[in-house]
Amino acid sequence: MSNTEVHDDAINVDTEKGNFSYPEDYAYDAGVGLNEDTIRYISDVKKEADWVREFRLRALEIFNKKAMPTNWATKDLENIHFDKIRYYLSKGQQPSRTWDEVPDDVKETFERLGIPEQERKFLAGVEAQFDSEAAYSRMKEDLEKEGVIFVGSSEGLEKYPEIFKPYFGKVIPSTDNKFAALNSATFSGGSFIYVPKGVKLKQPLQAYFRINAENFGQFERTLIIADEDSEITYMEGCTAPKFETATLHSAVVELVALKNAKIQYITVQNWSSNVFNLVTKRGMADEGAEVKWIDCNIGSRLTMKYPGVVLKGRGARGEVLSIALANNGQHQDTGAKMIHLADDTTSNIISKSISIGEGRSTYRGQVHMPKHLKNCKNNTECDALLINTHSRTDTYPAITTRGQNNTVQHEASVSKVSAEQIFYMMQRGLSEGEAMSLAVNGFVNELLKAFPMEYSVELKRLIDMEMEGSVG
Amino acid sequence: MNTLSQNTMQDPASSTDEPQWLADRREAGLAQFKALPAPAPNDELWRFASVGRLNIDGFAPVEAPSEEIAAALLARSNLVTDYAGRSVYVDDHAVGFEGLSEELHSQGVRYCSLREAIEQHPELMERYFLQESTELGSAKFFGLHAASACAGSVLFIPAGVEIEKPFVNYYWTSASKAAVFPHTLIIAEANAKASVVDIFFSESTENQALNIAVANLHAAAGAQVFRKVVQDWNEQTTSFQLDTTVAGRDAQIKNLAVNIGAERARYENQTRIEGPGADVKMYSLTVAEETQEFDQRTFQTHNAPNAVSDLLYKNALLDNSRSIFSGLIKVAEGAQQTDAYQTNRNLLLDPTAEANALPGLEILANDVKCSHGATTGNLDPDELFYMMQRGIPRRAAMQLMVFGFFEEVIEKVDSEELAENLRQLIHKKFDAKIK
Repeated sequence: MSNTEVHDDAINVDTEKGNFSYPEDYAYDAGVGLNEDTIRYISDVKKEADWVREFRLRALEIFNKKAMPTNWATKDLENIHFDKIRYYLSKGQQPSRTWDEVPDDVKETFERLGIPEQERKFLAGVEAQFDSEAAYSRMKEDLEKEGVIFVGSSEGLEKYPEIFKPYFGKVIPSTDNKFAALNSATFSGGSFIYVPKGVKLKQPLQAYFRINAENFGQFERTLIIADEDSEITYMEGCTAPKFETATLHSAVVELVALKNAKIQYITVQNWSSNVFNLVTKRGMADEGAEVKWIDCNIGSRLTMKYPGVVLKGRGARGEVLSIALANNGQHQDTGAKMIHLADDTTSNIISKSISIGEGRSTYRGQVHMPKHLKNCKNNTECDALLINTHSRTDTYPAITTRGQNNTVQHEASVSKVSAEQIFYMMQRGLSEGEAMSLAVNGFVNELLKAFPMEYSVELKRLIDMEMEGSVG
Repeated sequence: MNTLSQNTMQDPASSTDEPQWLADRREAGLAQFKALPAPAPNDELWRFASVGRLNIDGFAPVEAPSEEIAAALLARSNLVTDYAGRSVYVDDHAVGFEGLSEELHSQGVRYCSLREAIEQHPELMERYFLQESTELGSAKFFGLHAASACAGSVLFIPAGVEIEKPFVNYYWTSASKAAVFPHTLIIAEANAKASVVDIFFSESTENQALNIAVANLHAAAGAQVFRKVVQDWNEQTTSFQLDTTVAGRDAQIKNLAVNIGAERARYENQTRIEGPGADVKMYSLTVAEETQEFDQRTFQTHNAPNAVSDLLYKNALLDNSRSIFSGLIKVAEGAQQTDAYQTNRNLLLDPTAEANALPGLEILANDVKCSHGATTGNLDPDELFYMMQRGIPRRAAMQLMVFGFFEEVIEKVDSEELAENLRQLIHKKFDAKIK
């Protein structure tokens, strides 16, 4: 992909509001480049237990051994210079428990993004990550009383190893792929959440990530464990100011839904258009459990993200709903994985993508049903909308089916907004741009209905902004 | 991975009296075969294929068959009885060639063996022969084919000539450990019309064989060509079929394949639309049993606007058989108003059978209609129940349903005789299997 320097103007529209940064005065800086010393430095700063340090060093070895997946993925990956990235930056803050404790400049960042205080009214807890460490974290006290744990990754491993250690790195082992290995070696920040048996969170928990320093790689790590019969919804959002050089975000998110638990994980990814966003996300669903990923990718230069569900227990359900919007200079390479490992499991994938200008959106999917299984079902639908002449879309699903009474259906379609639709709306007095926005919103509307209200409103607005200037 | 033997194959075809351009192409092919690595498990173009089972060691071109075998196989080459021309090859040796009527010959139609074509129509052959390698993964084996191909049929139909009856090419294997490299070349000039049937059979159920077949179809503006492939090798055969179709403006092409045989069959089918308004259909029906593996890779490239391509691949799988369908539609920039469709239907008749589907799209133009659908499932229990409740025994009901699944492809065959013969071939393999 050589279109990194082409027309950036269309993308600026929505990233502007996040396009500011603050003087960097970090107390801890692991320096540039990655080797065993970097890992030891991070481990020392975090005062980690030996097993965590070993885990990191082993992961680094795996990372160094693994080849880039360019045999199937885009060659743009070769533009990531691992030796020029800063892997750990921190102001030395521990997560602050009240809003007053948050440093002023960090607070100002959040203020500008309109995320923080007022949302406390309905958000059960906010974990905001600024570069490597969580800067602010607050949870309603009644949640704590119910035994819900919502902490950063370091705190989780240090204070609650008996809860988190058994699942840490189990859903996504370090060997899973090169970037999961990178994250396992350098992870910092992210959320570790435990919801006890039978606790059903009515309000979503939220996390917010931001990259502030140039050449910085953000590697947060999230692990959510929903114990039997519990329910949780988790939302994450991310932005970064625009820097001259590319930035890397490589997260690992592991979800564990025990018997009859429900996890819903919502992401709105709006990194600036030079962030490489290479994320591994996977959930494990036990008997009767449900894992649902709602994934919106609007920003970044290259996103590679294929949320997956391992359907491990009988009757488990997995779902991925995703919307991707690729504008000039962007490649949204997203998809879903459904690994059926038990009878009577069902999975559903609905993916909608919109390519604008020279944007490229790609769907990759994997559905796997081995031979000893019975009565499994998968449904996959992926629809792509192409707006301009040079827009591009690709679809690469992989489906393996065996066993008794298993059914799989996959459908994909590619279309454009018809001239008749636009003409009709313009003739009713809408401008061409408004008509196009309306048509695009119609295309994703069905899926937006599945989203929580505040997200669907925000997304609609983001789509409108992205559509500006795409026609005419 | 068994190493592919580099030496057993050398130089069966390139006799010294071949023209220089052909000698060059054979040399380049052999170099390509030697230079390219053997397929590896992490190769995207071989995803899901059991490359470990790919063994071409110890196979080599063999001598001509005895007269008795030749006569017997000639007599068995009767799938289509009414034809415009027929050729029969056994182990890459021509044993029967029935050429054209005087009338067609005088109209400028040419139907001849590869060797004859190279001698008598060098310009035509230089332009078209061995010019279409494959982008779908078997370029190494195409190289071997280019170095070795010496048997096959060439059909040339000049502008405006329409031929209703089909040309039928039979490619047999007979000797043990025979390597064969059948080649079919069809060149249809503007507004010409023809149909061709390529039939791949084994003499017995025992003779081991390696087949690397190539077929190239060039259809100029407005040409109409219907090519059918019947592949019923015995289950001791490793088979490659590397086919390429090039469609010009308003060409109308149908490709239909019925795949029944071979232990391991790789079918690469490329369609390149170079002229606006072309219409290309691709149909395939595969019946797999035991440990058979059918590995199908298709590529629909639209380089010109306003064209249509439509693909339907159906696989029915029994026992421990496997199928891989990997299809890609690629719409180039500027190929607006393209309609491209791709459908893969897999019917699993045993829990141990495995269907893999990789339906892909790469769309670089925005004013297009493209879709693909892939489904995998078992026989519908409700439909089965309905028929049984009407008094149809379970086994018969299942057979009816399975043949209903096949019929969608078989009914596309324009000759009732061939369609019926195909049904019989499938029945022969299939009936005993449904319990």
